[in-house]
Amino acid sequence: MIILDVNGKMHTLDVSPDTPLLYVLRNDLGLNGPKFGCGLGQCGACTVLMDGTAVLSCLMPVARAAGHKIVTLEGLGSPGKPHPLQRAFIKEQAAQCGYCSNGMIMKSKELLDHSPDPTEEEIRNALASNLCRCGTHNNIIRAVRRAAREMKPRELKPRDMKPGELKR
Amino acid sequence: MTGPLLTRRQFGKSLAGIVVAFTLAPELAWPAESGLPGSLGAAPLLDAWLRIDPDGKVTIFTGKVEIGQGALTALAQIAAEELDVSLVAIHMVSGHTGLTPNEGYTSGSRSIEESGTAIRFACAEARQLLLGQASARLGLPLAGLKTAAGTVTAAGGRKLSYGQIAQGGLFHREATARVTPKPAAGHKIVGTSVPRLDIPAKVTGDASYVQDLRLPGMAFGRIVRPPGPGFRLQTVDVEAARRLPGVLAVVRDGSFLGVVAQREEQAVRAREALLQSAKWSEIADLPEADRIHAWLKAQPGEVALVSEKSSATAAPVVRRLEATFSKRYTAHASLGPSCAVARMKDGKLRVWSHSQGVYPLRDSLAAVLKLDPKNVVVSHVEGAGCYGHNGADDVALDAALLARAVPGRPVQVQWMRDDEFAWEPLGSAMVMQLSAGLAADGSVVEWRHELWSNVHSSRPGRAGGANLLAAWHLAAPSAPAQGLSGGEDRNAVPLYDFPNQKVIRHLIKEMPLRTSALRTLGAYGNVFALESFLDELAIAAGADPVEYRLRYIKDPRARAVIEMAAVKSGWKPGFRSDGLHGRGFGFARYKNQACYVACVADVMVDRQTGRVRVTRVVAAADAGQIINPKGLEMQIEGGIIQSASWTLMEAVSFDRARVTSRDWDSYPILTFPEVPKVEVHLIDRPDEQPLGSGEASSGPAAAAIANAVSNALGRRVRHLPLDPGWIKDAIGKP
Repeated sequence: MIILDVNGKMHTLDVSPDTPLLYVLRNDLGLNGPKFGCGLGQCGACTVLMDGTAVLSCLMPVARAAGHKIVTLEGLGSPGKPHPLQRAFIKEQAAQCGYCSNGMIMKSKELLDHSPDPTEEEIRNALASNLCRCGTHNNIIRAVRRAAREMKPRELKPRDMKPGELKR
Repeated sequence: MTGPLLTRRQFGKSLAGIVVAFTLAPELAWPAESGLPGSLGAAPLLDAWLRIDPDGKVTIFTGKVEIGQGALTALAQIAAEELDVSLVAIHMVSGHTGLTPNEGYTSGSRSIEESGTAIRFACAEARQLLLGQASARLGLPLAGLKTAAGTVTAAGGRKLSYGQIAQGGLFHREATARVTPKPAAGHKIVGTSVPRLDIPAKVTGDASYVQDLRLPGMAFGRIVRPPGPGFRLQTVDVEAARRLPGVLAVVRDGSFLGVVAQREEQAVRAREALLQSAKWSEIADLPEADRIHAWLKAQPGEVALVSEKSSATAAPVVRRLEATFSKRYTAHASLGPSCAVARMKDGKLRVWSHSQGVYPLRDSLAAVLKLDPKNVVVSHVEGAGCYGHNGADDVALDAALLARAVPGRPVQVQWMRDDEFAWEPLGSAMVMQLSAGLAADGSVVEWRHELWSNVHSSRPGRAGGANLLAAWHLAAPSAPAQGLSGGEDRNAVPLYDFPNQKVIRHLIKEMPLRTSALRTLGAYGNVFALESFLDELAIAAGADPVEYRLRYIKDPRARAVIEMAAVKSGWKPGFRSDGLHGRGFGFARYKNQACYVACVADVMVDRQTGRVRVTRVVAAADAGQIINPKGLEMQIEGGIIQSASWTLMEAVSFDRARVTSRDWDSYPILTFPEVPKVEVHLIDRPDEQPLGSGEASSGPAAAAIANAVSNALGRRVRHLPLDPGWIKDAIGKP
C-alpha cells in the first residue's frame, strides 16, 4: 500500500511502487491536469509540484512521491475559484489547444513562489523545457507577468481589475 | 502466418502522365454544389443546425470541430449574434455522426467560411420564424416585435421566450437563406474578442480531452508497431505477454500487434515486453535522407500544368535567373500523442476521437472492420493541438481493433511518443525550381515555378482503399487509397501579375514515408520558394523588396496588407545588414483566396555556431470580416511561431529502414528562449466575407525569415530548415 498526499488529501493506493506517478494521478485519482506528453521527461506536460518543486510525474515512480506533498493543477484552483495564475491564463487567453497549459502553470507556480516579480527573460528561462506546439508562448509570458502583478501583496495597491473581470 | 505487406508501392501504380488542371483543386470535393450558402447546401434543414429547448437553452450543431483554433467560440458568437441570445445560452455540439451535419473535414481554414456561413443564415432565418410565431400567438403585427436575450418583446411589454415559441418542429424545415443576416454595423458579439469558451476548463483541470475520458470499466491499450514501413512481424511471444500482470488481451493480426490491460502502466509494460520478443523481417529500401530531393526529382511523376499565361506585348527579357529550393519532411508533432476510446458491443462500435472528420473516419472504420456504417458512431472529443492529418484517425482504428478483443468494455489507446513521431503522416519533402526572365528595368516578364512533391492529402474516407495505418498491417490488409492531389501546388501560382508565367507540378506517387495534410499543405514550401526568389530578383534589380512586390499587385487589399506590415515594422528601403542582423519580407494570400498576410522578420545570426535567432516578427493580416479579433490574432501569431520552428530547425530524420527522429531530442522544436516577439496588426473588413486564417501566416513567416537570413549573410540559403549546417555553408562560401 502506498499513501499519497495529493492536493491536501491522503489517498491509500494498492498499486505497484514503480508505477509512474502520472498514471496514478490520472487514472486512480481521476485528475486531468497532468498530461501524458512524452513519457520521457522532455516536454513538461505532466508537471506537478512535489513539496513546492516542479517535477515530471511521467518519470517519477509513485513510491518516491509517498511522504511528500503533491499538488496538481486542480490543487491550485477550480473554474469557479481559480488561482491567480489560472485567472491570468484565462484573461490573457494563453491557450490554443491547451494541452501544455498544465505544465506551463505548474512550472510558473514554482517560479513565482521563488521569484515573485520575474523579468520576461526569467520567465522564458524557467519555461525553457516546457514545450508548446501551437505558438502561444508570448501569451503565456504575458499571463505569468499578469499573475505576478496580481499576486503582489494587497497593501501595495487595490486590485487593478475591472468589475466583472472574474465573472465566469 | 503474416499477410501480404502493403507498402507505399501501391501508391505508385498509376503511370506517369500529363494532366492539365487550370484551377486549384479543393482538398476534398465538398460541399456539393447547391444554391444555399456555406454548408447549408449539404444539410439544408434548419434543425440540423439548431435547437431551442423549452428552458431557452440553444444548441448549435456543427460538423466542424475544435482543434485548438477557437472555432467553436467563433461559431457560437455567430449564432448568438443572429439569434439575439447571450453567448452563455449557447451550447455547441460538434463532430458527431448522427447528431451533427456532415461537413467533411475541419481543414483548409474553412470552418468559418463553411460552417459559420451556414450557422449565420440558419440562425437569421430561425429568428425570423420565432418572430413570426410570436406575432401569430400574440396577435400583434411583426413590425412591433423586437428580439433580445432570447425573448420576443412587443411594444406594450408582452413577452414570449424563445423556449415557449420554438416548439412543435418550428425549425424542421428547409432553409431558404432568404432572410438577410444582420449587417456588420449592428453586430454586438461578432467582431469582439469574446474569451474562448474552452479555456477555463483547460487551465483548471476539468475534463477537456479524449485523454480525460474515463468510462465505466474502461481498459487501456497500447500498440506495438513495426520498426519501420518495410518491416513485417515474424514471431512474437504472445503467451508471455498474456501472463503479465493486468493483461486482458493481446491482439495479433498479421503485423498488427496490440495489448489491452486493466491499468495503463500495465499496458505500457506489456508493450515493452512484446517489443522485446518481436522478430521482424526487414526491407531497408528507403531513399537516403540526404538525397531525398534528388530522389524525388528522379521519380516518374504525374505531371500537371497548374497555370499558364502569356503576353505578346511583354518587354523583352534581358536577363535570366534560376534557383532551386527545398524543404524536408516535417512532422505535426502534436504535444500529446494521438488517443481514442472505442467500445464494441453487440456488433455496434462506438468511438470517441479527435479526428478532423468524424464522418469519413466512421466510413473508413466500417469498411476495415466490415461493419455497416449505421452501426458505427464516432464523436469528436478534443485532443492535443492539431495542425492537420496526424495520428488521430489511425489510433481510432487501433482502439477499435483492441476493443473487439474485450467486447463491451471501452478501451482507451494513446500512442507513445515514438509511435507518433515514427508513424504520423508527414508534411512532404518538396523541391521547387524557379526561374525568371527580367526586362531591362529589372521587372519580371517571365516566371516559371516547377515543383516535385508527394501527395499532401491522404486522409481516410477516400474510395478504393483505407487510409488507416493498422489496416495495412492486418493479415487481410486493406490497400491504401489514392491520396488527393492538388495540395502540392497550393500557392505556387503567384498572386503577382507577371506577364508570362507557368506553374508545373510533379506529383510523385511513390511515398518513401507516408505523407498527408500538414498545416498549409504545399503552400509553406511554395511561398518560401516564391517569396525567396522574388527577393533575389528584387536584389538583382536593385529594387526594394517591398516596392518590387507592389509593382505586380493591383488588389487593394493585398497592397494594404503589404504596406501595413512595412509601416508597422519600420521597414526602410536600402537596409544594410552588419553581417549579424537581417530583416526580410514575406507575403501571401493563403490559397490565393483566403486570408492575406504580410510579415517582416528580424533575425540575428551567430556566425560562429551558424545558429539563427528570430528576434521579432511584425505581421499584418486581412481575413475579411473579423469574428473574434483575439482569436484571429492568436491564429496568425501561432502560425508564425510554428513556422519559425519549422523554418529554423525541423526535419524528420530517417535511415534506410525507419524514421529515426522519435522524440523531442531528435526532433527539437522552438523553445521559450528562442521564440520571437510577435506583433499582429489586423485589418477588419466588416462588410466582406470572413476568410480562413488558420494557415495564412505560415508561408509568409517562413519567407520573411529566409529573406532576413539572406539579408544578414549577404548570401541566399535556399534549403529548409535554415539550420547551422546550411548557414555555415553559406558563410563559408567565397
